[in-house]
Amino acid sequence: MAPVTSPQPAAIENRTMTINMGPQHPSTHGVLRLEVTVDGEVVTKVKPDIGYLHRCFEKYAESLGDYAKVVPYTDRIDYVSALHQEMGYVIAVEKLLELEVPERVEYMRVILAELQRIASHLLGIGTFGLDLGAFTPFLYCFIERENILRILEKVSGARLLYNYLCVGGLMRDIPTDFTSDTWEFVTSFRPKIKELNDLLTTNSIFIDRTANIGVLPAEVALNYSASGPMLRGSGVSWDLRKNDPYSIYDRFEFNVPVGQGEMGTVGDCWDRYIVRVREMEESLKIIEQALDQMPGEGDVKEAVPRRIRSKEGEVYVRTETPRGELGYYIISEKSGPYRIKARTPSFVNLSILPAISKGALVADLVAIVGSIDIVLGGVDR
Amino acid sequence: MGLLDKKYHDSNIIIVSLESALNWARKSSLWYEQFGLACCAIEMMATAASDYDFDRFGIIPRSSPRQADVMIVAGTVTMKMASRIERLYEQMSEPRYVISMGSCSNSGGPYWEHGYHVLKGVDKVIPVDVYVPGCPPRPEALLEGFLKLQERISNETIIEPRETEQESTEEEKEPIEVE
Repeated sequence: MAPVTSPQPAAIENRTMTINMGPQHPSTHGVLRLEVTVDGEVVTKVKPDIGYLHRCFEKYAESLGDYAKVVPYTDRIDYVSALHQEMGYVIAVEKLLELEVPERVEYMRVILAELQRIASHLLGIGTFGLDLGAFTPFLYCFIERENILRILEKVSGARLLYNYLCVGGLMRDIPTDFTSDTWEFVTSFRPKIKELNDLLTTNSIFIDRTANIGVLPAEVALNYSASGPMLRGSGVSWDLRKNDPYSIYDRFEFNVPVGQGEMGTVGDCWDRYIVRVREMEESLKIIEQALDQMPGEGDVKEAVPRRIRSKEGEVYVRTETPRGELGYYIISEKSGPYRIKARTPSFVNLSILPAISKGALVADLVAIVGSIDIVLGGVDR
Repeated sequence: MGLLDKKYHDSNIIIVSLESALNWARKSSLWYEQFGLACCAIEMMATAASDYDFDRFGIIPRSSPRQADVMIVAGTVTMKMASRIERLYEQMSEPRYVISMGSCSNSGGPYWEHGYHVLKGVDKVIPVDVYVPGCPPRPEALLEGFLKLQERISNETIIEPRETEQESTEEEKEPIEVE
Protein backbone atom coordinates (compact mmCIF):
# COMPACT_ATOMS: atom_id res chain seq x y z
CA MET A 1 0.00 0.00 0.00
CA ALA A 2 1.37 3.30 -1.03
CA PRO A 3 2.02 5.69 1.84
CA VAL A 4 -0.54 8.45 2.19
CA THR A 5 1.04 11.77 1.38
CA SER A 6 -0.53 15.10 2.01
CA PRO A 7 -1.07 17.05 -1.21
CA GLN A 8 1.71 19.49 -1.86
CA PRO A 9 0.53 23.11 -1.85
CA ALA A 10 0.88 24.70 -5.24
CA ALA A 11 3.73 27.14 -5.44
CA ILE A 12 2.52 30.63 -4.63
CA GLU A 13 2.61 32.56 -7.81
CA ASN A 14 3.88 36.08 -7.60
CA ARG A 15 2.21 38.25 -10.13
CA THR A 16 0.80 41.70 -10.31
CA MET A 17 -2.69 42.68 -11.33
CA THR A 18 -3.94 45.83 -12.98
CA ILE A 19 -7.18 47.33 -11.74
CA ASN A 20 -9.07 50.41 -12.78
CA MET A 21 -10.18 53.07 -10.35
CA GLY A 22 -12.67 55.29 -12.07
CA PRO A 23 -13.79 57.11 -14.15
CA GLN A 24 -16.94 56.37 -12.17
CA HIS A 25 -15.70 56.01 -8.64
CA PRO A 26 -17.07 57.83 -5.58
CA SER A 27 -13.69 59.00 -4.33
CA THR A 28 -11.85 60.17 -7.41
CA HIS A 29 -13.46 63.62 -7.07
CA GLY A 30 -14.78 63.64 -10.59
CA VAL A 31 -13.89 61.76 -13.71
CA LEU A 32 -10.35 60.63 -13.06
CA ARG A 33 -9.24 57.17 -14.05
CA LEU A 34 -6.34 55.58 -12.24
CA GLU A 35 -4.66 52.56 -13.70
CA VAL A 36 -3.43 50.83 -10.57
CA THR A 37 -1.01 47.92 -10.64
CA VAL A 38 -1.23 45.97 -7.43
CA ASP A 39 0.85 43.21 -5.91
CA GLY A 40 -1.59 41.66 -3.48
CA GLU A 41 -2.91 44.72 -1.75
CA VAL A 42 0.18 46.85 -2.21
CA VAL A 43 0.16 49.42 -4.95
CA THR A 44 3.25 49.14 -7.13
CA LYS A 45 2.35 51.58 -9.86
CA VAL A 46 -0.29 54.23 -10.49
CA LYS A 47 -0.94 55.83 -13.83
CA PRO A 48 -3.53 58.62 -13.93
CA ASP A 49 -5.57 58.72 -17.13
CA ILE A 50 -6.98 62.17 -17.68
CA GLY A 51 -8.95 63.93 -20.39
CA TYR A 52 -12.48 62.93 -19.40
CA LEU A 53 -13.38 66.57 -18.80
CA HIS A 54 -11.43 68.39 -21.48
CA ARG A 55 -13.67 71.33 -22.30
CA CYS A 56 -11.56 73.18 -24.83
CA PHE A 57 -10.74 76.30 -22.80
CA GLU A 58 -7.91 77.42 -25.08
CA LYS A 59 -10.04 76.97 -28.18
CA TYR A 60 -12.70 79.16 -26.64
CA ALA A 61 -10.18 81.81 -25.61
CA GLU A 62 -8.92 82.16 -29.17
CA SER A 63 -12.32 81.80 -30.86
CA LEU A 64 -14.33 84.32 -28.85
CA GLY A 65 -12.04 87.16 -29.86
CA ASP A 66 -12.83 89.37 -26.87
CA TYR A 67 -11.25 89.46 -23.42
CA ALA A 68 -14.55 90.09 -21.64
CA LYS A 69 -16.22 87.02 -23.11
CA VAL A 70 -13.57 84.65 -21.75
CA VAL A 71 -14.39 85.37 -18.08
CA PRO A 72 -17.28 82.84 -17.79
CA TYR A 73 -15.05 80.14 -19.24
CA THR A 74 -12.32 80.82 -16.68
CA ASP A 75 -14.97 80.18 -14.02
CA ARG A 76 -15.40 76.68 -15.30
CA ILE A 77 -11.70 75.78 -15.22
CA ASP A 78 -11.77 75.15 -11.50
CA TYR A 79 -15.39 75.36 -10.51
CA VAL A 80 -14.83 75.00 -6.78
CA SER A 81 -12.80 78.21 -6.62
CA ALA A 82 -14.33 80.11 -9.52
CA LEU A 83 -13.58 83.58 -8.17
CA HIS A 84 -9.86 82.82 -7.96
CA GLN A 85 -9.81 81.78 -11.58
CA GLU A 86 -11.58 84.99 -12.57
CA MET A 87 -9.26 87.07 -10.41
CA GLY A 88 -6.11 85.66 -11.96
CA TYR A 89 -7.41 86.20 -15.46
CA VAL A 90 -8.71 89.68 -14.80
CA ILE A 91 -5.43 90.77 -13.19
CA ALA A 92 -3.52 89.40 -16.18
CA VAL A 93 -5.64 91.34 -18.67
CA GLU A 94 -5.39 94.49 -16.56
CA LYS A 95 -1.62 94.12 -16.53
CA LEU A 96 -1.65 93.75 -20.30
CA LEU A 97 -3.83 96.81 -20.83
CA GLU A 98 -2.13 98.79 -18.02
CA LEU A 99 -5.40 99.51 -16.25
CA GLU A 100 -5.56 100.99 -12.74
CA VAL A 101 -8.28 99.52 -10.56
CA PRO A 102 -10.08 101.54 -7.81
CA GLU A 103 -9.23 100.77 -4.18
CA ARG A 104 -12.74 99.64 -3.33
CA VAL A 105 -12.68 97.07 -6.09
CA GLU A 106 -9.33 95.68 -4.94
CA TYR A 107 -10.61 95.24 -1.38
CA MET A 108 -13.81 93.68 -2.60
CA ARG A 109 -11.90 91.21 -4.75
CA VAL A 110 -9.70 90.20 -1.82
CA ILE A 111 -12.66 89.69 0.51
CA LEU A 112 -14.54 87.62 -2.06
CA ALA A 113 -11.44 85.58 -2.88
CA GLU A 114 -10.84 84.75 0.77
CA LEU A 115 -14.49 83.83 1.29
CA GLN A 116 -14.19 81.56 -1.71
CA ARG A 117 -11.00 80.06 -0.29
CA ILE A 118 -12.83 79.10 2.90
CA ALA A 119 -15.73 77.65 0.89
CA SER A 120 -13.33 75.65 -1.26
CA HIS A 121 -11.37 74.30 1.70
CA LEU A 122 -14.63 73.34 3.43
CA LEU A 123 -15.56 71.27 0.40
CA GLY A 124 -12.08 69.77 0.23
CA ILE A 125 -12.07 68.83 3.90
CA GLY A 126 -15.65 67.56 3.82
CA THR A 127 -15.08 65.26 0.87
CA PHE A 128 -11.72 64.14 2.27
CA GLY A 129 -13.56 62.99 5.40
CA LEU A 130 -16.20 61.37 3.21
CA ASP A 131 -13.53 59.40 1.35
CA LEU A 132 -12.26 58.00 4.62
CA GLY A 133 -15.73 57.04 5.81
CA ALA A 134 -16.56 60.03 8.01
CA PHE A 135 -19.95 61.25 6.84
CA THR A 136 -20.82 63.75 9.59
CA PRO A 137 -18.03 66.31 8.99
CA PHE A 138 -19.23 66.57 5.38
CA LEU A 139 -22.65 67.72 6.55
CA TYR A 140 -21.16 70.19 9.03
CA CYS A 141 -18.84 71.61 6.36
CA PHE A 142 -21.74 72.11 3.99
CA ILE A 143 -23.77 74.09 6.52
CA GLU A 144 -20.94 76.63 6.68
CA ARG A 145 -20.35 76.48 2.94
CA GLU A 146 -23.98 77.37 2.32
CA ASN A 147 -23.59 80.43 4.55
CA ILE A 148 -20.74 81.65 2.35
CA LEU A 149 -22.60 80.82 -0.85
CA ARG A 150 -25.52 82.88 0.41
CA ILE A 151 -23.27 85.94 0.73
CA LEU A 152 -21.71 85.34 -2.68
CA GLU A 153 -25.13 84.86 -4.22
CA LYS A 154 -26.35 88.14 -2.81
CA VAL A 155 -23.33 89.85 -4.34
CA SER A 156 -23.16 88.20 -7.74
CA GLY A 157 -26.48 86.44 -8.31
CA ALA A 158 -25.02 82.97 -8.69
CA ARG A 159 -24.14 80.21 -6.28
CA LEU A 160 -21.21 78.50 -7.93
CA LEU A 161 -20.05 80.14 -11.16
CA TYR A 162 -20.17 83.85 -10.57
CA ASN A 163 -18.96 85.79 -13.63
CA TYR A 164 -18.73 88.73 -11.24
CA LEU A 165 -15.27 90.19 -11.77
CA CYS A 166 -14.70 92.01 -15.02
CA VAL A 167 -11.68 93.67 -16.55
CA GLY A 168 -11.22 96.91 -14.62
CA GLY A 169 -13.78 96.37 -11.90
CA LEU A 170 -16.85 94.43 -10.87
CA MET A 171 -19.97 93.53 -12.80
CA ARG A 172 -22.39 95.32 -10.50
CA ASP A 173 -22.33 97.37 -7.35
CA ILE A 174 -21.85 95.85 -3.92
CA PRO A 175 -25.10 95.31 -1.96
CA THR A 176 -25.47 97.60 1.05
CA ASP A 177 -25.64 94.84 3.64
CA PHE A 178 -22.58 92.99 2.33
CA THR A 179 -20.31 94.25 5.12
CA SER A 180 -22.70 93.34 7.91
CA ASP A 181 -23.39 89.91 6.39
CA THR A 182 -19.69 89.16 6.11
CA TRP A 183 -18.99 90.31 9.69
CA GLU A 184 -21.78 88.08 10.88
CA PHE A 185 -20.31 85.12 9.04
CA VAL A 186 -16.77 85.77 10.29
CA THR A 187 -17.86 85.91 13.92
CA SER A 188 -20.05 82.83 13.62
CA PHE A 189 -17.46 80.78 11.73
CA ARG A 190 -14.55 81.01 14.22
CA PRO A 191 -16.10 78.66 16.82
CA LYS A 192 -17.11 76.27 14.03
CA ILE A 193 -13.46 75.59 13.18
CA LYS A 194 -13.04 74.24 16.71
CA GLU A 195 -16.10 72.07 16.18
CA LEU A 196 -14.57 70.70 12.99
CA ASN A 197 -11.30 70.01 14.82
CA ASP A 198 -13.18 68.02 17.45
CA LEU A 199 -15.00 66.05 14.79
CA LEU A 200 -12.19 65.20 12.43
CA THR A 201 -8.73 66.59 13.19
CA THR A 202 -8.22 64.85 16.50
CA ASN A 203 -10.30 61.80 15.70
CA SER A 204 -8.06 58.79 16.27
CA ILE A 205 -9.50 56.80 13.33
CA PHE A 206 -8.88 59.75 11.05
CA ILE A 207 -5.30 60.10 12.34
CA ASP A 208 -4.69 56.39 11.80
CA ARG A 209 -5.87 56.67 8.23
CA THR A 210 -3.88 59.79 7.34
CA ALA A 211 -0.72 60.06 9.48
CA ASN A 212 2.42 58.63 7.81
CA ILE A 213 0.42 57.94 4.66
CA GLY A 214 1.47 59.34 1.28
CA VAL A 215 4.54 61.14 2.58
CA LEU A 216 5.74 63.81 0.18
CA PRO A 217 9.25 65.03 1.04
CA ALA A 218 9.91 68.72 0.47
CA GLU A 219 12.58 67.98 -2.13
CA VAL A 220 10.23 65.85 -4.25
CA ALA A 221 7.48 68.46 -3.96
CA LEU A 222 9.81 71.16 -5.22
CA ASN A 223 11.09 68.98 -8.05
CA TYR A 224 7.54 68.38 -9.27
CA SER A 225 6.82 72.12 -8.84
CA ALA A 226 3.93 71.44 -6.50
CA SER A 227 2.17 74.40 -4.93
CA GLY A 228 -0.52 75.31 -2.47
CA PRO A 229 -1.33 73.10 0.54
CA MET A 230 0.44 70.25 -1.22
CA LEU A 231 3.77 72.09 -0.99
CA ARG A 232 3.11 73.77 2.34
CA GLY A 233 2.12 70.45 3.86
CA SER A 234 5.68 69.31 3.17
CA GLY A 235 7.05 72.11 5.32
CA VAL A 236 7.96 74.62 2.60
CA SER A 237 6.66 78.06 3.39
CA TRP A 238 5.65 79.34 -0.04
CA ASP A 239 2.55 81.40 -0.54
CA LEU A 240 2.29 83.87 -3.39
CA ARG A 241 0.20 86.17 -1.24
CA LYS A 242 3.29 86.52 0.97
CA ASN A 243 6.22 85.82 -1.35
CA ASP A 244 5.08 87.65 -4.47
CA PRO A 245 2.07 89.73 -3.43
CA TYR A 246 -0.44 90.56 -6.12
CA SER A 247 -3.47 92.83 -5.84
CA ILE A 248 -3.26 94.36 -2.32
CA TYR A 249 -2.19 91.33 -0.32
CA ASP A 250 0.94 93.12 0.94
CA ARG A 251 -1.25 95.26 3.22
CA PHE A 252 -2.50 92.42 5.40
CA GLU A 253 -1.00 90.59 8.35
CA PHE A 254 -1.33 86.83 8.19
CA ASN A 255 0.75 83.70 8.70
CA VAL A 256 1.53 80.94 6.25
CA PRO A 257 0.74 77.61 7.96
CA VAL A 258 3.09 74.76 7.09
CA GLY A 259 3.07 71.07 7.90
CA GLN A 260 5.18 70.15 10.92
CA GLY A 261 4.62 66.44 11.16
CA GLU A 262 2.64 66.69 14.40
CA MET A 263 0.96 63.31 14.01
CA GLY A 264 3.60 61.52 11.93
CA THR A 265 6.07 62.49 9.24
CA VAL A 266 6.29 65.92 7.66
CA GLY A 267 4.37 65.90 4.39
CA ASP A 268 1.85 63.16 5.10
CA CYS A 269 -1.87 63.34 4.37
CA TRP A 270 -2.67 64.69 7.82
CA ASP A 271 -0.27 67.59 7.33
CA ARG A 272 -1.86 68.54 4.03
CA TYR A 273 -5.25 68.40 5.72
CA ILE A 274 -4.27 70.54 8.71
CA VAL A 275 -2.71 73.18 6.45
CA ARG A 276 -6.16 73.67 4.89
CA VAL A 277 -7.85 73.96 8.27
CA ARG A 278 -5.32 76.54 9.46
CA GLU A 279 -5.52 78.47 6.21
CA MET A 280 -9.22 79.04 6.84
CA GLU A 281 -8.31 80.85 10.08
CA GLU A 282 -5.76 82.98 8.23
CA SER A 283 -8.37 83.82 5.59
CA LEU A 284 -10.68 85.02 8.34
CA LYS A 285 -7.90 87.35 9.55
CA ILE A 286 -7.49 88.79 6.05
CA ILE A 287 -11.25 89.29 5.66
CA GLU A 288 -11.46 91.13 8.98
CA GLN A 289 -8.60 93.49 8.09
CA ALA A 290 -9.97 94.09 4.60
CA LEU A 291 -13.45 94.88 5.93
CA ASP A 292 -11.91 97.41 8.33
CA GLN A 293 -9.84 99.11 5.65
CA MET A 294 -12.31 99.02 2.76
CA PRO A 295 -13.38 102.48 1.58
CA GLY A 296 -17.14 102.88 1.98
CA GLU A 297 -17.80 104.92 -1.14
CA GLY A 298 -16.70 104.62 -4.72
CA ASP A 299 -17.86 103.52 -8.12
CA VAL A 300 -16.89 99.90 -8.82
CA LYS A 301 -17.23 100.41 -12.57
CA GLU A 302 -15.08 103.54 -12.71
CA ALA A 303 -12.16 101.90 -14.52
CA VAL A 304 -14.17 99.46 -16.62
CA PRO A 305 -13.44 100.24 -20.28
CA ARG A 306 -16.46 100.62 -22.53
CA ARG A 307 -14.78 98.49 -25.14
CA ILE A 308 -11.57 96.61 -24.51
CA ARG A 309 -8.96 97.78 -27.01
CA SER A 310 -6.52 94.92 -27.29
CA LYS A 311 -2.86 95.47 -27.95
CA GLU A 312 0.08 93.34 -28.85
CA GLY A 313 2.10 91.83 -26.07
CA GLU A 314 2.68 88.91 -23.75
CA VAL A 315 1.90 88.72 -20.08
CA TYR A 316 2.15 86.12 -17.34
CA VAL A 317 0.42 86.52 -14.00
CA ARG A 318 0.33 84.01 -11.18
CA THR A 319 -2.02 83.98 -8.24
CA GLU A 320 -2.59 81.77 -5.23
CA THR A 321 -5.76 79.70 -5.42
CA PRO A 322 -6.92 77.26 -2.72
CA ARG A 323 -5.16 74.49 -4.66
CA GLY A 324 -1.95 76.33 -5.41
CA GLU A 325 -0.36 78.49 -8.01
CA LEU A 326 -2.55 79.46 -10.95
CA GLY A 327 -0.82 81.17 -13.84
CA TYR A 328 -2.30 82.78 -16.92
CA TYR A 329 -0.05 83.29 -19.91
CA ILE A 330 -1.66 85.56 -22.47
CA ILE A 331 -0.31 86.24 -25.94
CA SER A 332 -2.23 89.16 -27.33
CA GLU A 333 -2.74 90.54 -30.81
CA LYS A 334 -4.30 93.76 -32.03
CA SER A 335 -7.58 91.97 -32.72
CA GLY A 336 -7.82 90.14 -29.38
CA PRO A 337 -6.31 87.19 -27.53
CA TYR A 338 -4.13 84.93 -29.65
CA ARG A 339 -3.64 82.32 -27.00
CA ILE A 340 -4.50 82.04 -23.30
CA LYS A 341 -2.79 79.25 -21.44
CA ALA A 342 -3.84 78.44 -17.91
CA ARG A 343 -1.29 76.73 -15.68
CA THR A 344 -3.53 75.03 -13.19
CA PRO A 345 -2.32 73.69 -9.83
CA SER A 346 -4.58 70.61 -9.98
CA PHE A 347 -2.77 69.25 -13.02
CA VAL A 348 0.68 69.75 -11.54
CA ASN A 349 -0.29 68.37 -8.14
CA LEU A 350 -1.86 65.29 -9.71
CA SER A 351 1.43 64.48 -11.45
CA ILE A 352 2.97 63.73 -8.04
CA LEU A 353 0.46 60.96 -7.33
CA PRO A 354 2.51 58.14 -8.94
CA ALA A 355 5.58 59.18 -6.94
CA ILE A 356 3.96 59.20 -3.51
CA SER A 357 1.56 56.30 -3.80
CA LYS A 358 4.16 53.63 -4.51
CA GLY A 359 4.07 51.04 -1.75
CA ALA A 360 0.78 52.27 -0.28
CA LEU A 361 -2.23 50.02 0.26
CA VAL A 362 -5.23 50.34 -2.04
CA ALA A 363 -7.29 51.84 0.77
CA ASP A 364 -4.56 54.41 1.39
CA LEU A 365 -4.62 55.41 -2.26
CA VAL A 366 -8.09 56.83 -1.62
CA ALA A 367 -6.71 58.89 1.25
CA ILE A 368 -3.83 60.16 -0.89
CA VAL A 369 -6.09 61.19 -3.79
CA GLY A 370 -8.40 62.93 -1.32
CA SER A 371 -5.54 64.82 0.31
CA ILE A 372 -4.33 66.21 -3.02
CA ASP A 373 -7.77 67.84 -3.41
CA ILE A 374 -7.82 67.95 -7.18
CA VAL A 375 -10.59 69.39 -9.30
CA LEU A 376 -10.83 67.60 -12.61
CA GLY A 377 -11.94 70.72 -14.43
CA GLY A 378 -8.57 72.16 -13.49
CA VAL A 379 -6.71 69.07 -14.59
CA ASP A 380 -8.23 68.78 -18.06
CA ARG A 381 -9.34 72.38 -18.65
CA MET B 1 -46.32 57.43 7.95
CA GLY B 2 -47.77 60.39 9.80
CA LEU B 3 -50.84 60.40 7.54
CA LEU B 4 -51.83 56.85 8.39
CA ASP B 5 -50.99 56.82 12.10
CA LYS B 6 -53.92 55.92 14.40
CA LYS B 7 -56.50 56.29 11.63
CA TYR B 8 -57.33 52.63 11.18
CA HIS B 9 -58.04 51.16 14.59
CA ASP B 10 -60.15 48.20 13.63
CA SER B 11 -58.57 46.92 10.47
CA ASN B 12 -55.43 47.72 8.53
CA ILE B 13 -56.74 46.85 5.10
CA ILE B 14 -56.54 49.48 2.38
CA ILE B 15 -57.91 48.75 -1.05
CA VAL B 16 -55.74 50.12 -3.83
CA SER B 17 -54.75 49.01 -7.29
CA LEU B 18 -51.52 47.07 -7.53
CA GLU B 19 -50.17 49.52 -10.01
CA SER B 20 -50.49 52.60 -7.84
CA ALA B 21 -49.14 50.76 -4.81
CA LEU B 22 -46.09 49.66 -6.79
CA ASN B 23 -45.59 53.11 -8.27
CA TRP B 24 -45.98 54.72 -4.86
CA ALA B 25 -43.30 52.46 -3.47
CA ARG B 26 -41.00 53.03 -6.42
CA LYS B 27 -41.25 56.76 -6.54
CA SER B 28 -40.62 57.10 -2.80
CA SER B 29 -37.25 55.39 -2.83
CA LEU B 30 -35.35 56.71 -5.79
CA TRP B 31 -31.74 55.71 -5.30
CA TYR B 32 -29.50 57.71 -7.52
CA GLU B 33 -26.09 56.91 -8.81
CA GLN B 34 -23.45 59.07 -7.22
CA PHE B 35 -21.77 60.14 -10.38
CA GLY B 36 -20.47 63.65 -10.80
CA LEU B 37 -18.92 64.87 -13.99
CA ALA B 38 -18.24 68.57 -13.56
CA CYS B 39 -19.51 71.75 -11.93
CA CYS B 40 -23.05 70.41 -11.52
CA ALA B 41 -21.70 67.63 -9.31
CA ILE B 42 -20.86 70.23 -6.67
CA GLU B 43 -24.46 71.43 -6.72
CA MET B 44 -25.63 67.81 -6.60
CA MET B 45 -23.51 67.36 -3.48
CA ALA B 46 -25.00 70.53 -2.03
CA THR B 47 -28.47 69.14 -2.69
CA ALA B 48 -27.59 65.93 -0.87
CA ALA B 49 -26.02 67.79 2.07
CA SER B 50 -27.52 69.50 5.10
CA ASP B 51 -29.42 72.48 3.74
CA TYR B 52 -31.43 70.86 0.97
CA ASP B 53 -31.39 67.28 2.21
CA PHE B 54 -32.31 64.76 -0.47
CA ASP B 55 -32.95 62.10 2.16
CA ARG B 56 -36.37 63.44 3.08
CA PHE B 57 -37.64 62.31 -0.35
CA GLY B 58 -36.06 58.90 0.03
CA ILE B 59 -33.38 59.84 -2.47
CA ILE B 60 -30.15 58.17 -1.41
CA PRO B 61 -26.79 58.11 -3.22
CA ARG B 62 -25.41 54.74 -4.29
CA SER B 63 -21.90 54.21 -5.53
CA SER B 64 -22.66 51.37 -7.93
CA PRO B 65 -24.90 51.60 -11.00
CA ARG B 66 -26.21 48.11 -10.25
CA GLN B 67 -27.93 49.36 -7.10
CA ALA B 68 -29.30 52.57 -8.58
CA ASP B 69 -32.71 53.44 -10.01
CA VAL B 70 -31.86 56.81 -11.45
CA MET B 71 -28.76 58.26 -12.97
CA ILE B 72 -28.07 61.97 -12.65
CA VAL B 73 -25.81 63.07 -15.47
CA ALA B 74 -24.34 66.06 -13.68
CA GLY B 75 -22.00 67.98 -15.90
CA THR B 76 -20.30 68.21 -19.26
CA VAL B 77 -20.27 64.95 -21.20
CA THR B 78 -17.15 64.76 -23.30
CA MET B 79 -16.51 62.42 -26.23
CA LYS B 80 -14.15 60.37 -24.11
CA MET B 81 -16.74 60.01 -21.36
CA ALA B 82 -19.75 59.29 -23.63
CA SER B 83 -19.03 55.60 -24.16
CA ARG B 84 -18.44 55.14 -20.43
CA ILE B 85 -21.80 56.73 -19.63
CA GLU B 86 -23.48 54.40 -22.09
CA ARG B 87 -21.89 51.42 -20.38
CA LEU B 88 -22.87 52.67 -16.92
CA TYR B 89 -26.44 53.06 -18.12
CA GLU B 90 -26.44 49.51 -19.44
CA GLN B 91 -25.24 48.26 -16.06
CA MET B 92 -28.26 49.73 -14.29
CA SER B 93 -31.16 47.37 -13.77
CA GLU B 94 -34.70 48.04 -15.03
CA PRO B 95 -36.72 50.16 -14.39
CA ARG B 96 -34.11 52.87 -14.80
CA TYR B 97 -34.38 56.60 -15.26
CA VAL B 98 -32.05 59.37 -16.30
CA ILE B 99 -32.02 62.98 -15.15
CA SER B 100 -29.93 65.27 -17.28
CA MET B 101 -28.69 68.04 -14.99
CA GLY B 102 -27.47 71.32 -16.38
CA SER B 103 -27.11 72.93 -19.77
CA CYS B 104 -23.99 70.96 -20.69
CA SER B 105 -25.63 67.57 -20.55
CA ASN B 106 -28.89 68.94 -21.94
CA SER B 107 -27.41 70.38 -25.10
CA GLY B 108 -23.72 71.16 -24.73
CA GLY B 109 -24.53 74.45 -23.01
CA PRO B 110 -21.73 77.01 -23.07
CA TYR B 111 -19.57 74.49 -24.95
CA TRP B 112 -22.02 74.20 -27.81
CA GLU B 113 -20.22 76.33 -30.37
CA HIS B 114 -16.50 75.60 -30.27
CA GLY B 115 -16.42 72.61 -27.94
CA TYR B 116 -14.75 70.09 -30.23
CA HIS B 117 -14.51 67.54 -27.44
CA VAL B 118 -17.97 68.05 -25.89
CA LEU B 119 -20.98 65.87 -26.66
CA LYS B 120 -23.92 68.11 -27.57
CA GLY B 121 -26.41 66.59 -25.20
CA VAL B 122 -26.33 63.31 -23.33
CA ASP B 123 -29.56 62.24 -25.04
CA LYS B 124 -27.45 61.29 -28.05
CA VAL B 125 -26.18 58.26 -26.16
CA ILE B 126 -28.84 57.41 -23.54
CA PRO B 127 -32.58 58.18 -23.24
CA VAL B 128 -33.33 61.03 -20.86
CA ASP B 129 -36.48 61.33 -18.70
CA VAL B 130 -36.10 64.76 -17.12
CA TYR B 131 -34.04 67.73 -18.25
CA VAL B 132 -33.04 70.23 -15.54
CA PRO B 133 -31.96 73.58 -16.99
CA GLY B 134 -29.36 75.91 -15.49
CA CYS B 135 -25.63 76.40 -15.47
CA PRO B 136 -25.40 75.00 -12.87
CA PRO B 137 -29.02 74.43 -11.74
CA ARG B 138 -29.81 75.50 -8.21
CA PRO B 139 -30.45 72.68 -5.72
CA GLU B 140 -34.12 73.63 -5.77
CA ALA B 141 -34.16 73.05 -9.51
CA LEU B 142 -32.72 69.57 -9.11
CA LEU B 143 -35.32 68.81 -6.45
CA GLU B 144 -38.00 70.01 -8.86
CA GLY B 145 -36.56 67.64 -11.44
CA PHE B 146 -36.93 64.78 -9.00
CA LEU B 147 -40.52 65.75 -8.26
CA LYS B 148 -41.24 65.71 -12.00
CA LEU B 149 -39.68 62.26 -12.22
CA GLN B 150 -41.90 61.10 -9.34
CA GLU B 151 -44.93 62.40 -11.21
CA ARG B 152 -43.83 60.48 -14.27
CA ILE B 153 -43.34 57.29 -12.30
CA SER B 154 -46.74 57.53 -10.61
CA ASN B 155 -48.42 57.68 -14.05
CA GLU B 156 -46.70 54.55 -15.31
CA THR B 157 -48.41 51.26 -15.99
CA ILE B 158 -46.83 47.93 -15.27
CA ILE B 159 -48.52 46.16 -18.15
CA GLU B 160 -47.09 48.08 -21.05
CA PRO B 161 -43.38 48.63 -21.49
CA ARG B 162 -42.01 52.03 -20.67
CA GLU B 163 -42.14 54.79 -23.21
CA THR B 164 -38.42 55.42 -23.48
CA GLU B 165 -37.63 51.74 -23.81
CA GLN B 166 -40.05 51.47 -26.73
CA GLU B 167 -38.42 54.39 -28.45
CA SER B 168 -34.96 53.05 -28.03
CA THR B 169 -35.91 49.67 -29.45
CA GLU B 170 -37.88 51.04 -32.38
CA GLU B 171 -35.37 53.39 -33.86
CA GLU B 172 -31.79 52.42 -34.06
CA LYS B 173 -29.44 54.60 -32.18
CA GLU B 174 -26.89 56.49 -34.19
CA PRO B 175 -23.42 55.43 -33.23
CA ILE B 176 -21.36 58.18 -31.68
CA GLU B 177 -17.83 58.40 -32.88
CA VAL B 178 -15.67 58.36 -29.83
CA GLU B 179 -11.99 58.88 -30.18
